[in-house]
Amino acid sequence: MIVTVEHATTYRYDRPVRGVVQSHRLTPARFDGQTVLAWHVAVSDGTPGGAFRDGAGDWVQSHSAHGPLSEITVTVTGRVDTRDLAGVLRGHRERIPAQAYLRDTAPTRPDKALTSLAREAVVGVEGDLDRAHRLCAAVAEAIAYRPGTTHAHTTAAEALSLGEGVCQDHAHALIAAARSQELPARYVSGYLGSDGDGEAAAEAAHAWAEIWVSGLGWVGFDAANGCCPDERYIRLGSGFDSRSASPIRGIARGEAEESLDVSVSVRAVQQQ
Amino acid sequence: MPVHFNEMYDGGYVRPPYARLGDWTESMPAELRHLKQAEAEALFRRIGITFAVYGEGGDPDRLIPFDMFPRVFTQAEWRRMDRGIKQRARALNAFLADVYDRAEIVKAGRIPAHLVWRNEAYEPAVAGIRPPRGVYSHIVGIDIVRTGPEDFYVLEDNCRTPSGVSYMLENREIMMRLFPGLFRENRIEPVDGYPEALRRTLASVAPQKCDGEPEIVILTPGPLNSAYYEHSFLADLMGVELVEGQDLFVEGEHVWARTTRGPRRVDVIYRRVDDAFIDPLCFRPESMLGVAGLMDVYRSGGVTIASAPGAGVADDKAVYVFVPEMIRFYLGEEPILQNVPTWQCGKRDELKYVLDHLPELVVKEVHGSGGYGMLVGPASTAEQIARFRERLVSDPGNYIAQPTLSLSTCPTFVEDGVAPRHVDLRPYCLVGERIELVPGGLTRVALTEGSLVVNSSQGGGVKDTWVLAE
Repeated sequence: MIVTVEHATTYRYDRPVRGVVQSHRLTPARFDGQTVLAWHVAVSDGTPGGAFRDGAGDWVQSHSAHGPLSEITVTVTGRVDTRDLAGVLRGHRERIPAQAYLRDTAPTRPDKALTSLAREAVVGVEGDLDRAHRLCAAVAEAIAYRPGTTHAHTTAAEALSLGEGVCQDHAHALIAAARSQELPARYVSGYLGSDGDGEAAAEAAHAWAEIWVSGLGWVGFDAANGCCPDERYIRLGSGFDSRSASPIRGIARGEAEESLDVSVSVRAVQQQ
Repeated sequence: MPVHFNEMYDGGYVRPPYARLGDWTESMPAELRHLKQAEAEALFRRIGITFAVYGEGGDPDRLIPFDMFPRVFTQAEWRRMDRGIKQRARALNAFLADVYDRAEIVKAGRIPAHLVWRNEAYEPAVAGIRPPRGVYSHIVGIDIVRTGPEDFYVLEDNCRTPSGVSYMLENREIMMRLFPGLFRENRIEPVDGYPEALRRTLASVAPQKCDGEPEIVILTPGPLNSAYYEHSFLADLMGVELVEGQDLFVEGEHVWARTTRGPRRVDVIYRRVDDAFIDPLCFRPESMLGVAGLMDVYRSGGVTIASAPGAGVADDKAVYVFVPEMIRFYLGEEPILQNVPTWQCGKRDELKYVLDHLPELVVKEVHGSGGYGMLVGPASTAEQIARFRERLVSDPGNYIAQPTLSLSTCPTFVEDGVAPRHVDLRPYCLVGERIELVPGGLTRVALTEGSLVVNSSQGGGVKDTWVLAE
């Protein structure tokens, strides 16, 4: 499939700020499931920093801009040739060992409810892969897709107790559940293309989880859509939770309220 | 009562390195001693060297007590320590370069994987990033205790930002002012080359993108930090700028310092700020002490951070147990300095032993430092031991235990004369293009009679440390 991305993020400040520094994880790395045909990240103001590939195999580049600045826009455009590998992250070069992804972070710390959800989901189930599928199904069932009820700082435990949330909450809950079962798990941010039919849970700027399956390696699980990532998905980067995997992390110098404006369109077209 | 090795007196006989100090103390009248002690204290106050202690309250500006009785090593004793310390510093750096790269030592099964990968100090953000010359810990503080004429043990390693080197320098400076005669009678190796050696070490690890003479700065959390004096003292002696996070900013591919003459590019940052606080963009977002974007510049080769973020994974007390194994694995050598035998409470049978022998052991938190959160069995009451036992049982993996070492003593001035007090030693090994070690270090002394705890937070003092030239 050819997946085409147009993604613009504008940060607006109610008073001019002295400067902005951002760290971008906005460029997909190549693996057997995705080949980048064209990709461009543009920032309305400022200077790019040095680009590098980090230990998780993701491309990272910072960007800094001098103030006074009232807004800054990051625009991503690109095209990626994708293949359905049933979620398996094959051919991805990285250095951090899977076991490092057993550590908790604040949003992925399991509470009693998450731990018992995970325990019950895998009762009698052998093998990492089947266990991961069961965990994904259990999280999908326990948390209904519903935008607007959770926010950026909602934890996995809170989302489970609410019983609803968005892809970020599904990913956090699945990560927490997997780690509580000693399965390394991480947060993945990326894009999900649609062919225009408008599936219910499709969020174009999307997030899901990856779980380490011995023998297979990292395998993606999208609890929000109850599936494994296929050829409609573009993978941007990973981290321990939504914050550490965030495509754009930024800090503005100055005393200002920040507001965010995002427009994103991701189209997935079957090759002729 | 165990017999402690006295570094000066072997029975009635004075050991050779202390030969000239016997006459010195015996011929010093009590009034002169009090006068000199008062003079020393006034000098320390005047230069402003104080040490605030975390979590203790009280006077943050109190002095660490200075004891005028020097501690002395022979050249032969030092040569062995010098080789042992450098060997250890090399192995610790090889370990760090390995665990952030291919992790051969883990694959070879020479250290348990979970001790590395599940260690809070393992920093995934720097995996796969090779710092200049592959050096992670540029200043390695290795704490050494002695139990006999030939018996030296490493108590712990400090790979992040070991403090106290300013005391090493000031103690010498003050001793030379108080007792110039001593320095004529004894041939003592100088330590005042340390600041220049540190500057040279930092310059030798300038990043790839630095052309020309590297610009070095010391990054401090600020005047409220307990070691602020040391930060400004070192900056002065090295002739480099002392900066706080707000004085630095990231622009393009580099880090810059704000100066009155405009921005100036910074190549090497000797940071005395913990990993978690150095970059709010990468680590704790609420940190006011760091520089936003610093980690991206570091990881793309635009600046060197000393010590490298993530260096702490080598100096954790659970990892300490495996340092002799690192020496064999990376250097193919046998350790010159031994580890203290250590029980890992996370292992069931070792925990059982520890619980059965608490009154005779020292138990420490794996990630603790500064003498906090530890139990010294022989010096504790039954009630203290019982309370500690509960903490230990509830989280055994967080503790290690060691035998209560019979630390050597060194004569120390006390209220009514001179008496033996227990000591340890922290030398500061510099790792850059070369490995350098100034002959000496910081001797800490437990001023309370019989006490084995030398930490300044727990009633410890400091001494000048001499290495005699041949």
